Amino acid sequence: MRIVVPLKAVPDLVEEIEFTPDGTGIDREYLAFVLNEWDDQALEEALLVKEVSGGEVIVAGLADDPGIDQLLYTALAKGADGAVKISGGAQDTHARSALLAAYLAESPADLIITGVQAPDDLDGQLPPMLAARLGFPHVCVAIAVEAAGGSARIRQEFSGGRSQQLEVTLPAVVGVQAARQPPRYAPISRIRQVTQAGGIEEVTVPAASTQPALTVRRMYTPEQTGHAQMLTGGTGPVADQIIELLRSRGLVKG
Amino acid sequence: MTSMASDVLVLAERAGDQIQDVTYELLAKASELAHAWGGKAEVALFGPPELAAQLPAADSVICVDHPALAGYLPDAYQQALLHVLRERSPRLLLLPNTTMGLDQGAALSVLWDAPLAASVTGLTAAGGVAVATCQVLGGKVLAEVELAGERAICTVVSGSFDPSAGQAGGPAEVVTIPPPAELDAPRMSVRQMFEPEAGDVDITSADLLVSVGRGIGSQDNLELVAELADALGAPLSASRPVTDSGWLPKTRQVGKSGLKVKPRAYLAFGISGAPEHLEGMRGAELIIACNTDPHAPLFDIAHVGTTEDLFDLVPALTERLAP
Ligand SMILES: Cc1cc2nc3c(=O)[nH]c(=O)nc-3n(C[C@H](O)[C@H](O)[C@H](O)COP(=O)(O)OP(=O)(O)OC[C@H]3O[C@@H](n4cnc5c(N)ncnc54)[C@H](O)[C@@H]3O)c2cc1C
Ligand SMILES: Nc1ncnc2c1ncn2[C@@H]1O[C@H](COP(=O)(O)O)[C@@H](O)[C@H]1O
Repeated sequence: MRIVVPLKAVPDLVEEIEFTPDGTGIDREYLAFVLNEWDDQALEEALLVKEVSGGEVIVAGLADDPGIDQLLYTALAKGADGAVKISGGAQDTHARSALLAAYLAESPADLIITGVQAPDDLDGQLPPMLAARLGFPHVCVAIAVEAAGGSARIRQEFSGGRSQQLEVTLPAVVGVQAARQPPRYAPISRIRQVTQAGGIEEVTVPAASTQPALTVRRMYTPEQTGHAQMLTGGTGPVADQIIELLRSRGLVKG
Repeated sequence: MTSMASDVLVLAERAGDQIQDVTYELLAKASELAHAWGGKAEVALFGPPELAAQLPAADSVICVDHPALAGYLPDAYQQALLHVLRERSPRLLLLPNTTMGLDQGAALSVLWDAPLAASVTGLTAAGGVAVATCQVLGGKVLAEVELAGERAICTVVSGSFDPSAGQAGGPAEVVTIPPPAELDAPRMSVRQMFEPEAGDVDITSADLLVSVGRGIGSQDNLELVAELADALGAPLSASRPVTDSGWLPKTRQVGKSGLKVKPRAYLAFGISGAPEHLEGMRGAELIIACNTDPHAPLFDIAHVGTTEDLFDLVPALTERLAP
């Protein structure tokens, strides 16, 4: 069983966000990038599938994603068996899915497990797009994956905590919401070791056509619309005001 | 000269025999846009056609029934929806950004060859062009996008539109379409359904909730917030990362995939306010948010906020409640 896990570097949300001068995009130049948290969940689930059913886990990233080497090495340190860096970059999810589909057409996988979404998916989520391009079935918002011969058993979650287990013919694409257990950490020493050993395979894929892109008129932060009344004065006074608010509504006894 | 399609199609979301509320929100918006363009608001309904009676506000309900459409089977829904899109050629397809919408929107964008605007919270017809407002980066940024072509798809955040205009009127014209042949050989099947587990406490019935997010950092730190909750006589609730980490049971999770709560007051500590969290708590009467990041999206919907560090504020609150 060959399991491919596409990984994406995304802006770190703790950072202050700046826009490009024309106001239609996010200025990426000074942003810090981190692994998409749902891809981290997907990698964990893929490693769990491998531990139970055997096979190999290959992580795949795009060369132009900021800091992608570090993300791929960290995944290798966590237990991935191989890492692939696809040349080029993608300005949206459609273009990303086209590059990954071109790679997977040449190096087929039985299971493709990736994050259900990324925080900067303006034009939609990767897993169904990738599946549609490859002609594979797909399941999103997965919370557990088990391999079972030529099929996979995938638990899919709905709102309100309802879920269903699907039996899906392989090959298939899975969008992971949460792994069965929190993602493992790789010791820094191990990451350093893996980085020194190298071993990221660089591949070039043929250019693919993509869907018509969205026309972005502007991007902005939503604060203008409505905002909380901010309490100030230091910890003590803020605590006093909150207690008073609750007390005035009869929510604090005494 | 070819005239541009002007109908708007909504895919109905149902749980068993119950059409879900989000469908009415989308239908209200579909009617507004389609009528502005001189077209029809149509709903695609997969499963028992008699459920069309629950959709009186639609101009037409397009029914496809087949054993593979009895429940929600992603592959079967995809085949059926693609079939309906080819038959009806709408200008715009509206999906809720539920599990169903996340599955279908991005796949249909490729298969039906239409641009997709995801996480839509606003949608207007500016003349002939649809303009969508989309949330990105966990709600920290809004993008205004133009859908100017002859077809497009939007996945819409639930709670974005007023459902009332989507509930009344009718009755709708019912159109039955024979199922496509692909439904006879779906590439997946349902093995088992799971209902949500019952919790030790029911956070949906509490007047006051003390809610905690990833800002708490670790399970050990949770004790601090638990003491405050005890002092207030309120249950602890949480955002998804806290329950995913196993720090609190799943039954305490507020949000899209957790529970919807409407307490008289909701105290949030270390929660950023991602759209999926807001879906579960935006109806609270009073929202008090504590987050060290002044740009946290939760402040946009909270009534009262503070950028105090939760590790300072929580003990200070608990101390003031000591008998
Ligand atoms: C299909 C789907 C369904 C989902 N369903 C849900 C759901 O039901 N419920 C849900 O909550 N999420 C859900 N999510 C996840 C959601 O997208 C967010 O990832 C999640 O809500 C983030 O949780 P958080 O705010 O606790 O964490 P973060 O976004 O990481 O925010 C932590 C916050 O803590 C603040 N902070 C850090 N330290 C301190 C401190 N010392 N004092 C004060 N503040 C501090 C930070 O500034 C930050 O804003 C879902 C996602 C998907 C894709
Ligand atoms: N025991 C701990 N005490 C405090 N913070 C922790 C602890 N363990 C993990 N963390 C932090 O929790 C956060 C986990 O967030 P994430 O990596 O986004 O899942 C990181 O910032 C970690 O540094």
